[in-house]
Amino acid sequence: MAKRYVTIWFRYLVTDWMIRHRPGLRKESFVFAAPVHGRMMIAAACKNAEANGITAGIPVADAKAIDPSLHVLDNRHGLEEKLLRTLAEWSIRYTPTAAVDLPDGLTLDASGCAHLWGGEEAYVKEIVSKLGAAGFDVRAAMADTIGTAWAVARYGEGAISIVQSGDQATALLPLHPAALRPDPAVLVRLQKLGFRRIAAFANMPRAALRRRFGEDLLTRLSQALGQAEEFIQPIFINPPYQERLNCLEPIRTAAGIEIAIRRLLDTLCKRLESEGKGLRSAVLKCFRVDGKTVEAAIGTNRASHNAAHLYKLFELKIPTIEPALGIELFVLEAPKVEETEQQQEKLWATGPGLEDAAVAELLDRLAGKAGVGAIRRFLPDEHYWPERSVTPAASLKDKPADGWRLDRPRPVLLLPHPEAIEVSAPIPDYPPMLFRYRGRLHEIRKADGPERIEREWWLDGGEHRDYYTVEDEQGQRYWLFRSGHYNEDQRHQWFIHGFFA
Amino acid sequence: MMRGKADIIAALQKEILSLQGYRAEGDSTAVNVGLEAITRSFPNAIFPTGAIHEFLTEAPEHTAATGGFMAGLLASLMQRGGACIWVSTSRRLFPPSLKTFGVEPDRFIFVDLQREKDVLWAMEESLKCGGLAAVIADLGEITFTQSRRVQLAVEHSGVTCFLLRTNPRKLNTIASIARWKITPLPSQLEEGMPGVGFPRWQVELLKVRNGYPGMWKVEWSAGGFVMLPERAVAATAAGQKRKAG
Repeated sequence: MAKRYVTIWFRYLVTDWMIRHRPGLRKESFVFAAPVHGRMMIAAACKNAEANGITAGIPVADAKAIDPSLHVLDNRHGLEEKLLRTLAEWSIRYTPTAAVDLPDGLTLDASGCAHLWGGEEAYVKEIVSKLGAAGFDVRAAMADTIGTAWAVARYGEGAISIVQSGDQATALLPLHPAALRPDPAVLVRLQKLGFRRIAAFANMPRAALRRRFGEDLLTRLSQALGQAEEFIQPIFINPPYQERLNCLEPIRTAAGIEIAIRRLLDTLCKRLESEGKGLRSAVLKCFRVDGKTVEAAIGTNRASHNAAHLYKLFELKIPTIEPALGIELFVLEAPKVEETEQQQEKLWATGPGLEDAAVAELLDRLAGKAGVGAIRRFLPDEHYWPERSVTPAASLKDKPADGWRLDRPRPVLLLPHPEAIEVSAPIPDYPPMLFRYRGRLHEIRKADGPERIEREWWLDGGEHRDYYTVEDEQGQRYWLFRSGHYNEDQRHQWFIHGFFA
Repeated sequence: MMRGKADIIAALQKEILSLQGYRAEGDSTAVNVGLEAITRSFPNAIFPTGAIHEFLTEAPEHTAATGGFMAGLLASLMQRGGACIWVSTSRRLFPPSLKTFGVEPDRFIFVDLQREKDVLWAMEESLKCGGLAAVIADLGEITFTQSRRVQLAVEHSGVTCFLLRTNPRKLNTIASIARWKITPLPSQLEEGMPGVGFPRWQVELLKVRNGYPGMWKVEWSAGGFVMLPERAVAATAAGQKRKAG
């Protein structure tokens, strides 16, 4: 069967995408720019800018001279590739084989697909109108070879061009040599020699062409004419981690739900295990007879494909699943999947620890019931201010960047908010003699300090604190501080902040 | 004849102790917590791990002292690696302070829950997990039946459980191996030195299963427990020396 290819050219790929995100830019003239050798160069220009003669490759300063109201946005590296990849994934609905053609196109292998849309014309029209509705200015062409389709889409006339099978030469010959995708250097040489159309040199002896322009141009020409094969690298879409279970009879009991979860987990975990992956989160969707959907979600601390453990996590959620009249379809999805770590067998026995899988599984169970926010582990943070000196660890694997400090005394219990106390202090910068906290008088026998901790003015405002470690007559040890400098008029400037062991 | 009888009774007692899960003398897996005088009141003079230890506190000052003492015990329990879980409803523990007592604060996992019922559940779940060094639960009330459940979990996994009972309304008997009470004592410095000295506590063992209760003075200095001469407390300790069930 003859091959048919569709090439789609996104004329303003990045800028059209930007307009989709910020519709306010539609009427404006804007460009994406990136620094090249210290100059801001335009990487992509929108339609309005291009109408004024501002194109990719000219410096922003020159463009500003042409149009002072020009908006300049930062170019994001790799954005085109990401966009094209998404668009290629979208176009899988038209053909099973789609490829990204950097920097601004897609190539679809449409062999045997067009008749499903009622002919080639309707097929290409459908693609172009769908993309047009999404805001992309595209041109598409269909031909027997990728080269011809590419050339016609970009250098032909009209948004949609269909080159009939075997008509490559007629379509190609009147076009500009750039349509053959030659090297820029070769293109310059062609221009210099006055070749303004492909027809001017297509029928020359191949040996002469090869000597002057190299093998590459000849390959391009024969690929476009269908005399040589050209290959594309189709994108591969990972099938989603999803399992479905249809029920013959609607399920209404907890036992039934348990069996369903077990079965779904077994098949999903088998697939994850064979791929060396584990899930970090899973959602169970139960479709009920009455048309409603009940969901139960779990999360894990480390990627897991242990069906028994995952079942335990779901077991905690079963009481929240309301079957009502019955559930007819269960769908288990794993939206977050990660590579599992290879556990290396250890020759020597070390003690259990945070790396232990059992601990991670325990924390999953606790988080399943109490919520993820309830479980915390702390790492030192680079702040002297006591409330900010620890920071919650993001994961079980985090290690403190620098060790815990030992040089300053810190209390075992820290009050969440310092509480005001009444004191009698002799003279500035001396610890108090007595203080009254919650109605009880404490007479201070021993004291250490002060340790002044300044407030981090870039984070919040207020007074500094002078901390004292004090011990009362019963040997109970406290952490007190005076907020700000000693001031005779000011009362309530002493606080208790913690208890020492 | 009498001598023979005493020997038989001693041998039988040892057998009963081993059946009850106590470690035999000279067990290499036993943990040395560095409190010789206090461990002598436990059977076989070994600090019992894989059991429930109950700590009574009344005021936040006492809780702080208990926290320090417990961290000191945990330092030796966690010597071979391992993590701890601290379950509570109102946690005020300041993690950096644990470093003073020789424990890495980042090896503590804090579980902050809303209800005491959840604390019980989380404690029991954690105790079933063999990968932990110890579980600390901050819990006011616990019934005997609940403590039996915890005891079963502990026996199964061998994880040590520290129950921090703050101001319990009823001081009921629970299935714990020991009941401790730690209160702060005035620190002492070299003659004429200013400042606050090393933390010093009065450690009371109110109840010990198959052991002897007592009262000691302990100081934490140079990264370890130091037993203080107990001239002042020896008299009361001798008076209380009786076997508790």
